[in-house]
Amino acid sequence: MRRHWVLVTGLLVLLYLFLPIFVVAALSFNEPSSRLSYDFHRFTLDNWANPCGPGDMCDAVGRSIEIALLATLIATVLGTLMAFALARHRFRGRDATNLLIFMPMATPEVVMGSSLLALFVAGGVSLGFWTVVVAHVMFCVSFVVVTVKARLAGLDPRLEEAAMDLYAGEWQTFYRITLPLVAPGIVAAALLSFSLSFDDFIITNFNSGTTVTFPMYVWGAAQRGIPPQVNVIGTAMFLIAVLIVVAGEIINRRRAA
Amino acid sequence: MSVAAIGAGTGSKQNEPPQKTGRAWLPYLLLLPAGLWLLLFFALPLVQLGATSLYDPTGSLSTGYAMTWSFGNYPEALDAYKWHFLRSLGYAAVATAICLLLGYPLAYAIAHRAGRWKNVLLVGVIAPFFTSFLIRTLAWKTILSDNGPLVEALRTLHLLGADGRLLATPTAVIMGLVYNFLPFMVLPLYASLERLDQRLLEAAGDLYAGPVSTFWKVTLPLSMPGVVAGTLLTFIPATGDYINAELLGTPREYMIGNVIDSAFLVRLDYPQAAALSFLLMAVVLLVVFVYVRRSGTEEIL
Repeated sequence: MRRHWVLVTGLLVLLYLFLPIFVVAALSFNEPSSRLSYDFHRFTLDNWANPCGPGDMCDAVGRSIEIALLATLIATVLGTLMAFALARHRFRGRDATNLLIFMPMATPEVVMGSSLLALFVAGGVSLGFWTVVVAHVMFCVSFVVVTVKARLAGLDPRLEEAAMDLYAGEWQTFYRITLPLVAPGIVAAALLSFSLSFDDFIITNFNSGTTVTFPMYVWGAAQRGIPPQVNVIGTAMFLIAVLIVVAGEIINRRRAA
Repeated sequence: MSVAAIGAGTGSKQNEPPQKTGRAWLPYLLLLPAGLWLLLFFALPLVQLGATSLYDPTGSLSTGYAMTWSFGNYPEALDAYKWHFLRSLGYAAVATAICLLLGYPLAYAIAHRAGRWKNVLLVGVIAPFFTSFLIRTLAWKTILSDNGPLVEALRTLHLLGADGRLLATPTAVIMGLVYNFLPFMVLPLYASLERLDQRLLEAAGDLYAGPVSTFWKVTLPLSMPGVVAGTLLTFIPATGDYINAELLGTPREYMIGNVIDSAFLVRLDYPQAAALSFLLMAVVLLVVFVYVRRSGTEEIL
Protein backbone atom coordinates (compact mmCIF):
# COMPACT_ATOMS: atom_id res chain seq x y z
CA MET A 1 0.00 0.00 0.00
CA ARG A 2 2.75 2.42 0.96
CA ARG A 3 4.28 2.05 -2.47
CA HIS A 4 1.02 3.10 -4.02
CA TRP A 5 0.08 6.19 -2.06
CA VAL A 6 2.09 8.48 -4.36
CA LEU A 7 0.27 7.13 -7.37
CA VAL A 8 -3.12 7.42 -5.69
CA THR A 9 -2.44 11.00 -4.57
CA GLY A 10 -1.21 11.85 -8.06
CA LEU A 11 -4.32 10.45 -9.69
CA LEU A 12 -6.54 12.38 -7.27
CA VAL A 13 -4.73 15.62 -8.23
CA LEU A 14 -5.22 14.73 -11.89
CA LEU A 15 -8.93 14.21 -11.22
CA TYR A 16 -9.04 17.68 -9.67
CA LEU A 17 -7.49 19.09 -12.86
CA PHE A 18 -10.20 17.42 -14.91
CA LEU A 19 -13.17 18.34 -12.72
CA PRO A 20 -13.97 21.67 -14.48
CA ILE A 21 -13.73 19.97 -17.88
CA PHE A 22 -16.51 17.56 -16.84
CA VAL A 23 -18.52 20.52 -15.57
CA VAL A 24 -18.06 22.45 -18.83
CA ALA A 25 -19.13 19.38 -20.82
CA ALA A 26 -22.19 18.91 -18.57
CA LEU A 27 -23.14 22.59 -18.77
CA SER A 28 -23.02 22.44 -22.55
CA PHE A 29 -26.20 20.30 -22.24
CA ASN A 30 -27.79 22.64 -19.73
CA GLU A 31 -30.88 24.76 -20.13
CA PRO A 32 -30.19 27.39 -17.47
CA SER A 33 -33.02 28.66 -15.28
CA SER A 34 -31.95 32.27 -15.76
CA ARG A 35 -29.28 34.24 -17.60
CA LEU A 36 -27.16 34.73 -14.51
CA SER A 37 -27.45 31.19 -13.14
CA TYR A 38 -24.38 28.95 -13.19
CA ASP A 39 -26.25 25.87 -11.87
CA PHE A 40 -27.34 22.85 -13.86
CA HIS A 41 -31.08 23.13 -14.41
CA ARG A 42 -32.44 20.90 -17.18
CA PHE A 43 -30.96 18.68 -19.91
CA THR A 44 -31.21 19.90 -23.49
CA LEU A 45 -29.56 19.34 -26.86
CA ASP A 46 -30.49 22.82 -28.12
CA ASN A 47 -27.07 24.34 -27.40
CA TRP A 48 -25.30 21.77 -29.54
CA ALA A 49 -27.94 21.99 -32.27
CA ASN A 50 -27.59 25.74 -32.42
CA PRO A 51 -24.09 26.68 -31.24
CA CYS A 52 -24.11 30.10 -32.89
CA GLY A 53 -27.39 31.08 -31.24
CA PRO A 54 -26.14 34.00 -29.15
CA GLY A 55 -25.61 36.93 -31.51
CA ASP A 56 -21.98 37.65 -32.10
CA MET A 57 -20.31 34.73 -30.31
CA CYS A 58 -19.33 32.85 -33.46
CA ASP A 59 -17.99 36.07 -35.00
CA ALA A 60 -15.73 36.36 -31.97
CA VAL A 61 -14.61 32.72 -32.35
CA GLY A 62 -13.84 33.35 -36.03
CA ARG A 63 -11.88 36.50 -35.21
CA SER A 64 -9.88 34.63 -32.55
CA ILE A 65 -9.03 31.89 -35.07
CA GLU A 66 -7.89 34.49 -37.63
CA ILE A 67 -5.72 36.27 -35.07
CA ALA A 68 -4.29 33.00 -33.74
CA LEU A 69 -3.43 31.77 -37.27
CA LEU A 70 -1.67 35.01 -38.18
CA ALA A 71 0.17 35.29 -34.88
CA THR A 72 1.19 31.62 -35.04
CA LEU A 73 2.53 31.95 -38.58
CA ILE A 74 4.64 35.02 -37.79
CA ALA A 75 5.82 33.81 -34.37
CA THR A 76 6.74 30.35 -35.68
CA VAL A 77 8.85 31.73 -38.54
CA LEU A 78 10.61 34.36 -36.41
CA GLY A 79 11.08 32.02 -33.44
CA THR A 80 12.43 29.14 -35.55
CA LEU A 81 15.03 31.39 -37.19
CA MET A 82 16.15 32.60 -33.79
CA ALA A 83 16.25 29.06 -32.40
CA PHE A 84 18.63 28.06 -35.20
CA ALA A 85 20.86 31.02 -34.41
CA LEU A 86 20.97 30.12 -30.72
CA ALA A 87 21.37 26.36 -31.13
CA ARG A 88 23.78 26.32 -34.06
CA HIS A 89 25.96 29.38 -33.79
CA ARG A 90 28.26 30.99 -31.32
CA PHE A 91 28.17 34.75 -31.45
CA ARG A 92 28.60 37.85 -29.39
CA GLY A 93 25.36 38.79 -27.64
CA ARG A 94 24.14 35.24 -27.01
CA ASP A 95 23.48 35.93 -23.33
CA ALA A 96 21.63 39.15 -24.08
CA THR A 97 19.50 37.28 -26.64
CA ASN A 98 18.72 34.52 -24.15
CA LEU A 99 17.67 37.16 -21.61
CA LEU A 100 15.42 38.83 -24.20
CA ILE A 101 13.75 35.43 -24.78
CA PHE A 102 13.42 34.66 -21.08
CA MET A 103 12.06 38.01 -19.91
CA PRO A 104 8.61 37.88 -21.59
CA MET A 105 8.04 34.46 -19.98
CA ALA A 106 8.92 35.90 -16.54
CA THR A 107 6.86 39.07 -16.78
CA PRO A 108 3.26 39.15 -15.53
CA GLU A 109 0.83 39.45 -18.43
CA VAL A 110 -0.79 42.52 -16.95
CA VAL A 111 2.57 44.35 -17.12
CA MET A 112 3.18 43.33 -20.75
CA GLY A 113 -0.35 44.23 -21.77
CA SER A 114 -0.39 47.59 -20.05
CA SER A 115 3.08 48.62 -21.24
CA LEU A 116 2.17 47.82 -24.83
CA LEU A 117 -0.97 49.91 -24.40
CA ALA A 118 1.15 52.79 -23.04
CA LEU A 119 3.35 52.53 -26.15
CA PHE A 120 0.42 52.41 -28.60
CA VAL A 121 -1.28 55.36 -26.93
CA ALA A 122 1.94 57.41 -26.83
CA GLY A 123 2.56 56.60 -30.50
CA GLY A 124 -1.00 57.44 -31.51
CA VAL A 125 -1.62 53.91 -32.86
CA SER A 126 -5.32 53.06 -32.99
CA LEU A 127 -6.11 49.80 -31.22
CA GLY A 128 -7.76 46.90 -33.00
CA PHE A 129 -7.17 43.66 -34.89
CA TRP A 130 -3.54 44.40 -35.81
CA THR A 131 -2.42 45.60 -32.40
CA VAL A 132 -3.73 42.32 -31.00
CA VAL A 133 -1.77 40.33 -33.62
CA VAL A 134 1.40 42.28 -32.80
CA ALA A 135 0.95 41.62 -29.08
CA HIS A 136 0.26 37.91 -29.58
CA VAL A 137 3.34 37.42 -31.76
CA MET A 138 5.38 39.11 -29.02
CA PHE A 139 4.43 36.64 -26.28
CA CYS A 140 4.39 33.56 -28.57
CA VAL A 141 7.90 34.05 -29.97
CA SER A 142 9.67 33.10 -26.73
CA PHE A 143 7.78 29.83 -26.45
CA VAL A 144 8.57 28.97 -30.08
CA VAL A 145 12.28 29.67 -29.57
CA VAL A 146 12.45 27.51 -26.42
CA THR A 147 10.53 24.61 -27.99
CA VAL A 148 12.42 24.52 -31.31
CA LYS A 149 15.76 25.05 -29.58
CA ALA A 150 15.09 22.03 -27.35
CA ARG A 151 14.41 19.91 -30.42
CA LEU A 152 17.55 21.15 -32.17
CA ALA A 153 19.65 20.45 -29.08
CA GLY A 154 18.41 16.85 -29.09
CA LEU A 155 19.39 16.16 -32.71
CA ASP A 156 22.27 13.84 -33.44
CA PRO A 157 24.84 15.99 -35.27
CA ARG A 158 26.27 12.85 -36.90
CA LEU A 159 23.20 12.62 -39.18
CA GLU A 160 24.07 15.94 -40.78
CA GLU A 161 27.74 15.04 -40.94
CA ALA A 162 26.82 11.78 -42.69
CA ALA A 163 24.79 13.70 -45.29
CA MET A 164 27.71 16.02 -45.95
CA ASP A 165 30.06 13.04 -46.23
CA LEU A 166 27.72 11.68 -48.89
CA TYR A 167 28.25 14.86 -50.89
CA ALA A 168 25.02 16.63 -49.98
CA GLY A 169 25.50 20.39 -50.21
CA GLU A 170 24.74 22.64 -47.29
CA TRP A 171 21.24 23.53 -48.52
CA GLN A 172 20.46 19.97 -49.48
CA THR A 173 21.49 18.79 -46.02
CA PHE A 174 19.30 21.45 -44.47
CA TYR A 175 16.19 20.65 -46.56
CA ARG A 176 16.46 16.87 -46.60
CA ILE A 177 17.93 16.13 -43.17
CA THR A 178 17.79 19.00 -40.68
CA LEU A 179 14.36 20.42 -41.49
CA PRO A 180 12.48 17.08 -41.45
CA LEU A 181 14.16 16.19 -38.15
CA VAL A 182 13.25 19.53 -36.54
CA ALA A 183 9.74 19.55 -38.01
CA PRO A 184 8.03 17.92 -34.99
CA GLY A 185 9.47 20.65 -32.77
CA ILE A 186 8.23 23.35 -35.14
CA VAL A 187 4.77 21.78 -35.29
CA ALA A 188 4.64 21.56 -31.49
CA ALA A 189 5.71 25.20 -31.22
CA ALA A 190 3.03 26.26 -33.72
CA LEU A 191 0.32 24.35 -31.83
CA LEU A 192 1.47 25.91 -28.57
CA SER A 193 1.44 29.40 -30.14
CA PHE A 194 -2.02 28.86 -31.54
CA SER A 195 -3.46 27.80 -28.20
CA LEU A 196 -1.69 30.62 -26.30
CA SER A 197 -3.00 33.19 -28.77
CA PHE A 198 -6.51 31.78 -29.01
CA ASP A 199 -6.89 31.71 -25.23
CA ASP A 200 -5.23 34.99 -24.32
CA PHE A 201 -7.37 37.42 -22.40
CA ILE A 202 -5.26 39.80 -20.30
CA ILE A 203 -2.90 41.18 -22.97
CA THR A 204 -5.70 41.25 -25.54
CA ASN A 205 -7.96 43.15 -23.14
CA PHE A 206 -5.44 46.00 -23.00
CA ASN A 207 -4.77 46.22 -26.74
CA SER A 208 -7.95 45.26 -28.58
CA GLY A 209 -9.87 48.55 -28.65
CA THR A 210 -13.31 47.52 -29.86
CA THR A 211 -12.18 44.24 -31.45
CA VAL A 212 -13.88 41.31 -29.70
CA THR A 213 -12.03 38.00 -29.53
CA PHE A 214 -13.61 34.87 -28.05
CA PRO A 215 -12.08 35.33 -24.56
CA MET A 216 -13.16 39.00 -24.67
CA TYR A 217 -16.66 37.83 -25.56
CA VAL A 218 -16.73 35.38 -22.63
CA TRP A 219 -15.47 38.07 -20.26
CA GLY A 220 -18.17 40.49 -21.38
CA ALA A 221 -20.81 37.79 -21.20
CA ALA A 222 -19.73 36.89 -17.65
CA GLN A 223 -21.00 40.30 -16.55
CA ARG A 224 -24.30 40.09 -18.46
CA GLY A 225 -25.02 36.37 -18.16
CA ILE A 226 -23.23 33.51 -19.91
CA PRO A 227 -25.08 31.86 -22.80
CA PRO A 228 -24.79 28.05 -22.41
CA GLN A 229 -23.36 27.84 -25.95
CA VAL A 230 -20.07 29.14 -24.54
CA ASN A 231 -19.71 25.71 -22.93
CA VAL A 232 -20.36 24.05 -26.30
CA ILE A 233 -17.38 25.95 -27.72
CA GLY A 234 -15.32 25.04 -24.63
CA THR A 235 -16.16 21.34 -24.97
CA ALA A 236 -15.57 21.36 -28.73
CA MET A 237 -12.15 23.01 -28.25
CA PHE A 238 -11.24 20.30 -25.74
CA LEU A 239 -12.33 17.49 -28.07
CA ILE A 240 -10.49 18.95 -31.07
CA ALA A 241 -7.28 19.30 -29.05
CA VAL A 242 -7.57 15.71 -27.79
CA LEU A 243 -8.05 14.55 -31.39
CA ILE A 244 -4.92 16.43 -32.51
CA VAL A 245 -2.88 14.87 -29.69
CA VAL A 246 -4.16 11.36 -30.45
CA ALA A 247 -3.52 11.81 -34.17
CA GLY A 248 0.00 13.05 -33.46
CA GLU A 249 0.66 10.03 -31.26
CA ILE A 250 -0.58 7.64 -33.96
CA ILE A 251 1.65 9.28 -36.57
CA ASN A 252 4.61 9.01 -34.19
CA ARG A 253 3.96 5.32 -33.52
CA ARG A 254 3.62 4.57 -37.27
CA ARG A 255 6.94 6.28 -37.92
CA ALA A 256 8.65 4.45 -35.14
CA ALA A 257 7.31 1.09 -36.30
CA MET B 1 3.93 20.26 -26.44
CA SER B 2 4.59 22.74 -23.66
CA VAL B 3 6.26 19.86 -21.87
CA ALA B 4 9.21 20.26 -24.17
CA ALA B 5 9.24 24.01 -23.68
CA ILE B 6 9.25 23.93 -19.92
CA GLY B 7 11.52 20.92 -19.73
CA ALA B 8 14.08 22.77 -21.78
CA GLY B 9 13.71 25.85 -19.64
CA THR B 10 14.65 23.95 -16.51
CA GLY B 11 17.70 22.29 -17.96
CA SER B 12 21.07 23.25 -16.63
CA LYS B 13 23.57 25.08 -18.79
CA GLN B 14 23.09 24.41 -22.49
CA ASN B 15 26.00 22.97 -24.35
CA GLU B 16 27.77 25.63 -26.29
CA PRO B 17 27.32 25.01 -30.00
CA PRO B 18 30.44 24.44 -32.06
CA GLN B 19 32.05 27.45 -33.65
CA LYS B 20 31.38 27.48 -37.37
CA THR B 21 33.94 29.13 -39.50
CA GLY B 22 33.08 31.90 -41.94
CA ARG B 23 29.86 33.85 -42.33
CA ALA B 24 29.92 35.46 -38.91
CA TRP B 25 26.90 37.56 -39.96
CA LEU B 26 24.59 34.56 -40.40
CA PRO B 27 23.48 34.19 -36.75
CA TYR B 28 22.68 37.90 -36.57
CA LEU B 29 20.58 37.66 -39.70
CA LEU B 30 18.69 34.71 -38.20
CA LEU B 31 17.91 36.41 -34.92
CA LEU B 32 17.29 39.88 -36.29
CA PRO B 33 13.53 39.59 -37.04
CA ALA B 34 12.52 38.03 -33.70
CA GLY B 35 15.01 40.17 -31.80
CA LEU B 36 13.64 43.36 -33.34
CA TRP B 37 10.07 42.28 -32.64
CA LEU B 38 10.87 41.69 -28.96
CA LEU B 39 12.81 44.94 -28.64
CA LEU B 40 10.01 46.95 -30.28
CA PHE B 41 7.03 45.30 -28.63
CA PHE B 42 8.41 44.01 -25.33
CA ALA B 43 11.39 46.14 -24.26
CA LEU B 44 10.42 49.51 -25.72
CA PRO B 45 6.91 49.32 -24.17
CA LEU B 46 8.51 48.82 -20.74
CA VAL B 47 10.53 52.01 -21.30
CA GLN B 48 7.35 53.81 -22.33
CA LEU B 49 5.58 52.40 -19.25
CA GLY B 50 8.32 53.91 -17.10
CA ALA B 51 7.93 57.26 -18.91
CA THR B 52 4.14 57.22 -18.62
CA SER B 53 4.44 56.56 -14.88
CA LEU B 54 6.27 59.91 -14.54
CA TYR B 55 3.73 61.98 -16.50
CA ASP B 56 1.93 64.88 -14.88
CA PRO B 57 -0.90 63.23 -12.92
CA THR B 58 -3.25 66.18 -13.53
CA GLY B 59 -3.26 65.57 -17.29
CA SER B 60 -5.84 63.41 -19.05
CA LEU B 61 -6.08 61.30 -22.18
CA SER B 62 -8.04 63.99 -24.05
CA THR B 63 -5.88 66.96 -23.07
CA GLY B 64 -2.64 65.03 -23.31
CA TYR B 65 -0.01 64.34 -20.67
CA ALA B 66 3.07 66.43 -19.98
CA MET B 67 6.31 64.76 -18.95
CA THR B 68 7.03 66.32 -15.57
CA TRP B 69 9.17 63.56 -14.01
CA SER B 70 6.54 63.23 -11.30
CA PHE B 71 8.20 60.65 -9.11
CA GLY B 72 5.50 61.46 -6.58
CA ASN B 73 3.17 59.19 -8.58
CA TYR B 74 4.89 56.20 -7.01
CA PRO B 75 4.43 56.88 -3.28
CA GLU B 76 0.91 58.05 -4.05
CA ALA B 77 0.00 54.88 -5.95
CA LEU B 78 1.66 52.67 -3.37
CA ASP B 79 -0.11 54.42 -0.53
CA ALA B 80 -3.51 54.07 -2.19
CA TYR B 81 -3.12 50.42 -3.17
CA LYS B 82 -0.62 48.85 -0.75
CA TRP B 83 -3.24 46.35 0.44
CA HIS B 84 -3.90 45.21 -3.09
CA PHE B 85 -0.18 44.63 -3.52
CA LEU B 86 0.11 42.71 -0.28
CA ARG B 87 -3.01 40.70 -1.06
CA SER B 88 -1.64 39.77 -4.51
CA LEU B 89 1.65 38.61 -3.05
CA GLY B 90 -0.10 36.76 -0.21
CA TYR B 91 -2.64 34.99 -2.41
CA ALA B 92 0.07 34.08 -4.94
CA ALA B 93 2.39 32.76 -2.20
CA VAL B 94 -0.32 30.60 -0.63
CA ALA B 95 -1.45 29.34 -4.04
CA THR B 96 2.14 28.51 -4.99
CA ALA B 97 2.68 26.57 -1.76
CA ILE B 98 -0.50 24.55 -2.32
CA CYS B 99 0.51 23.93 -5.95
CA LEU B 100 3.83 22.55 -4.73
CA LEU B 101 2.11 20.22 -2.24
CA LEU B 102 -0.33 18.96 -4.88
CA GLY B 103 2.06 19.02 -7.80
CA TYR B 104 4.96 17.12 -6.27
CA PRO B 105 3.17 13.78 -5.74
CA LEU B 106 1.60 14.06 -9.19
CA ALA B 107 4.92 14.84 -10.89
CA TYR B 108 6.63 12.04 -8.95
CA ALA B 109 3.90 9.55 -9.79
CA ILE B 110 4.14 10.39 -13.50
CA ALA B 111 7.94 10.18 -13.52
CA HIS B 112 8.39 7.00 -11.50
CA ARG B 113 5.11 5.16 -10.95
CA ALA B 114 3.19 5.51 -14.19
CA GLY B 115 5.07 2.94 -16.28
CA ARG B 116 3.77 2.91 -19.83
CA TRP B 117 0.97 5.35 -18.94
CA LYS B 118 3.50 8.15 -18.52
CA ASN B 119 2.67 10.00 -21.74
CA VAL B 120 -1.06 9.68 -21.24
CA LEU B 121 -0.78 11.18 -17.75
CA LEU B 122 1.44 14.01 -19.03
CA VAL B 123 -1.16 14.89 -21.64
CA GLY B 124 -3.69 14.74 -18.80
CA VAL B 125 -1.76 17.46 -16.97
CA ILE B 126 -1.94 19.86 -19.90
CA ALA B 127 -5.42 18.76 -21.02
CA PRO B 128 -7.19 21.44 -18.95
CA PHE B 129 -5.42 24.00 -21.17
CA PHE B 130 -7.35 22.58 -24.11
CA THR B 131 -10.39 24.62 -23.07
CA SER B 132 -10.28 28.30 -22.43
CA PHE B 133 -8.90 29.75 -19.19
CA LEU B 134 -12.02 31.86 -18.69
CA ILE B 135 -14.43 28.97 -19.32
CA ARG B 136 -12.56 26.75 -16.84
CA THR B 137 -12.66 29.49 -14.22
CA LEU B 138 -16.38 30.00 -14.82
CA ALA B 139 -16.84 26.24 -14.34
CA TRP B 140 -15.48 26.71 -10.81
CA LYS B 141 -18.28 29.18 -10.27
CA THR B 142 -20.65 26.28 -10.84
CA ILE B 143 -18.66 23.88 -8.63
CA LEU B 144 -18.40 26.36 -5.75
CA SER B 145 -21.95 27.61 -6.21
CA ASP B 146 -24.08 28.27 -3.11
CA ASN B 147 -26.57 25.63 -4.30
CA GLY B 148 -23.96 23.11 -5.37
CA PRO B 149 -23.31 19.72 -3.75
CA LEU B 150 -19.83 20.77 -2.56
CA VAL B 151 -21.06 23.71 -0.49
CA GLU B 152 -23.97 21.61 0.77
CA ALA B 153 -21.60 18.88 1.97
CA LEU B 154 -19.27 21.36 3.65
CA ARG B 155 -22.24 23.02 5.37
CA THR B 156 -23.42 19.68 6.73
CA LEU B 157 -19.93 19.13 8.11
CA HIS B 158 -19.94 22.69 9.55
CA LEU B 159 -16.71 23.44 7.73
CA LEU B 160 -17.83 26.77 6.30
CA GLY B 161 -17.71 30.24 7.83
CA ALA B 162 -20.66 32.17 9.24
CA ASP B 163 -22.23 33.10 5.89
CA GLY B 164 -21.90 29.51 4.65
CA ARG B 165 -20.41 30.48 1.30
CA LEU B 166 -17.38 29.40 -0.72
CA LEU B 167 -17.86 31.59 -3.76
CA ALA B 168 -16.85 35.23 -3.28
CA THR B 169 -14.33 34.40 -0.54
CA PRO B 170 -10.51 34.53 -0.49
CA THR B 171 -10.58 30.71 -0.41
CA ALA B 172 -12.36 30.63 -3.77
CA VAL B 173 -9.87 33.04 -5.36
CA ILE B 174 -6.83 31.14 -4.05
CA MET B 175 -8.39 27.87 -5.16
CA GLY B 176 -8.89 29.32 -8.63
CA LEU B 177 -5.24 30.41 -8.74
CA VAL B 178 -4.10 26.94 -7.60
CA TYR B 179 -6.21 25.29 -10.24
CA ASN B 180 -5.21 27.53 -13.13
CA PHE B 181 -1.46 27.46 -12.50
CA LEU B 182 -0.96 23.90 -11.19
CA PRO B 183 0.26 22.55 -14.58
CA PHE B 184 3.04 25.19 -14.56
CA MET B 185 4.24 23.60 -11.32
CA VAL B 186 3.85 19.97 -12.37
CA LEU B 187 5.72 20.14 -15.70
CA PRO B 188 9.09 21.49 -14.49
CA LEU B 189 8.88 19.22 -11.42
CA TYR B 190 8.31 16.29 -13.72
CA ALA B 191 11.20 17.32 -15.98
CA SER B 192 13.53 17.36 -13.02
CA LEU B 193 12.21 14.23 -11.23
CA GLU B 194 12.35 12.27 -14.46
CA ARG B 195 16.12 12.63 -14.50
CA LEU B 196 16.36 11.35 -10.94
CA ASP B 197 18.39 8.14 -10.89
CA GLN B 198 16.40 5.48 -9.02
CA ARG B 199 19.63 3.80 -7.96
CA LEU B 200 20.39 6.78 -5.72
CA LEU B 201 17.17 6.07 -3.82
CA GLU B 202 18.09 2.40 -3.53
CA ALA B 203 21.53 3.39 -2.29
CA ALA B 204 19.96 5.59 0.38
CA GLY B 205 17.77 2.68 1.42
CA ASP B 206 20.76 0.32 1.54
CA LEU B 207 22.45 2.80 3.85
CA TYR B 208 19.50 2.50 6.25
CA ALA B 209 17.76 5.77 5.36
CA GLY B 210 13.99 5.44 5.85
CA PRO B 211 11.63 6.69 3.11
CA VAL B 212 11.19 10.02 4.91
CA SER B 213 14.85 10.83 5.29
CA THR B 214 15.55 9.54 1.75
CA PHE B 215 13.02 12.07 0.51
CA TRP B 216 14.48 14.99 2.47
CA LYS B 217 18.12 14.12 1.88
CA VAL B 218 18.11 12.73 -1.67
CA THR B 219 14.93 13.21 -3.69
CA LEU B 220 14.08 16.78 -2.73
CA PRO B 221 17.61 18.26 -3.06
CA LEU B 222 18.05 16.61 -6.45
CA SER B 223 14.73 18.02 -7.68
CA MET B 224 15.46 21.58 -6.52
CA PRO B 225 15.86 23.01 -10.06
CA GLY B 226 12.34 21.76 -10.79
CA VAL B 227 11.00 23.14 -7.51
CA VAL B 228 12.51 26.57 -8.19
CA ALA B 229 11.37 26.71 -11.82
CA GLY B 230 7.90 25.46 -10.87
CA THR B 231 7.39 27.92 -8.02
CA LEU B 232 8.48 30.82 -10.23
CA LEU B 233 6.31 29.76 -13.17
CA THR B 234 3.37 29.57 -10.74
CA PHE B 235 4.09 32.58 -8.56
CA ILE B 236 4.75 35.12 -11.34
CA PRO B 237 1.50 34.70 -13.31
CA ALA B 238 -0.51 34.23 -10.09
CA THR B 239 0.69 37.57 -8.70
CA GLY B 240 -0.38 39.43 -11.83
CA ASP B 241 -3.62 37.52 -12.39
CA TYR B 242 -6.93 39.26 -11.90
CA ILE B 243 -9.33 36.92 -13.68
CA ASN B 244 -9.78 34.65 -10.64
CA ALA B 245 -10.31 37.59 -8.28
CA GLU B 246 -12.87 39.08 -10.69
CA LEU B 247 -14.82 35.91 -11.44
CA LEU B 248 -14.57 33.99 -8.14
CA GLY B 249 -14.17 36.86 -5.68
CA THR B 250 -15.63 40.27 -4.93
CA PRO B 251 -14.00 43.72 -4.78
CA ARG B 252 -12.88 42.72 -1.27
CA GLU B 253 -10.62 40.10 -2.88
CA TYR B 254 -9.36 42.34 -5.70
CA MET B 255 -5.69 41.98 -6.52
CA ILE B 256 -3.30 44.52 -7.98
CA GLY B 257 -4.12 43.36 -11.52
CA ASN B 258 -7.75 44.39 -11.06
CA VAL B 259 -6.59 47.87 -10.02
CA ILE B 260 -4.19 48.21 -12.96
CA ASP B 261 -6.85 47.03 -15.39
CA SER B 262 -9.44 49.51 -14.19
CA ALA B 263 -6.94 52.38 -13.85
CA PHE B 264 -5.91 51.90 -17.50
CA LEU B 265 -9.22 50.97 -19.08
CA VAL B 266 -11.96 52.44 -16.88
CA ARG B 267 -10.60 55.36 -14.86
CA LEU B 268 -8.09 56.26 -17.61
CA ASP B 269 -5.59 57.47 -15.02
CA TYR B 270 -2.54 56.57 -17.07
CA PRO B 271 0.26 57.91 -14.86
CA GLN B 272 -1.02 56.09 -11.79
CA ALA B 273 -1.81 52.92 -13.76
CA ALA B 274 1.67 52.89 -15.25
CA ALA B 275 3.26 53.49 -11.85
CA LEU B 276 1.36 50.52 -10.40
CA SER B 277 2.27 48.30 -13.33
CA PHE B 278 5.92 49.27 -13.10
CA LEU B 279 5.91 48.62 -9.35
CA LEU B 280 4.42 45.17 -9.95
CA MET B 281 7.19 44.37 -12.41
CA ALA B 282 9.81 45.58 -9.92
CA VAL B 283 8.32 43.58 -7.04
CA VAL B 284 8.15 40.40 -9.13
CA LEU B 285 11.73 40.81 -10.36
CA LEU B 286 12.91 41.43 -6.81
CA VAL B 287 11.14 38.35 -5.48
CA VAL B 288 12.49 36.22 -8.34
CA PHE B 289 16.03 37.51 -7.86
CA VAL B 290 16.12 37.02 -4.08
CA TYR B 291 14.47 33.61 -4.33
CA VAL B 292 16.82 32.32 -7.00
CA ARG B 293 19.83 33.65 -5.08
CA ARG B 294 18.75 32.03 -1.83
CA SER B 295 17.92 28.68 -3.36
CA GLY B 296 21.29 28.67 -5.12
CA THR B 297 20.01 27.70 -8.54
CA GLU B 298 21.09 30.66 -10.66
CA GLU B 299 21.72 28.51 -13.68
CA ILE B 300 18.02 28.13 -14.43
CA LEU B 301 17.97 31.77 -15.47
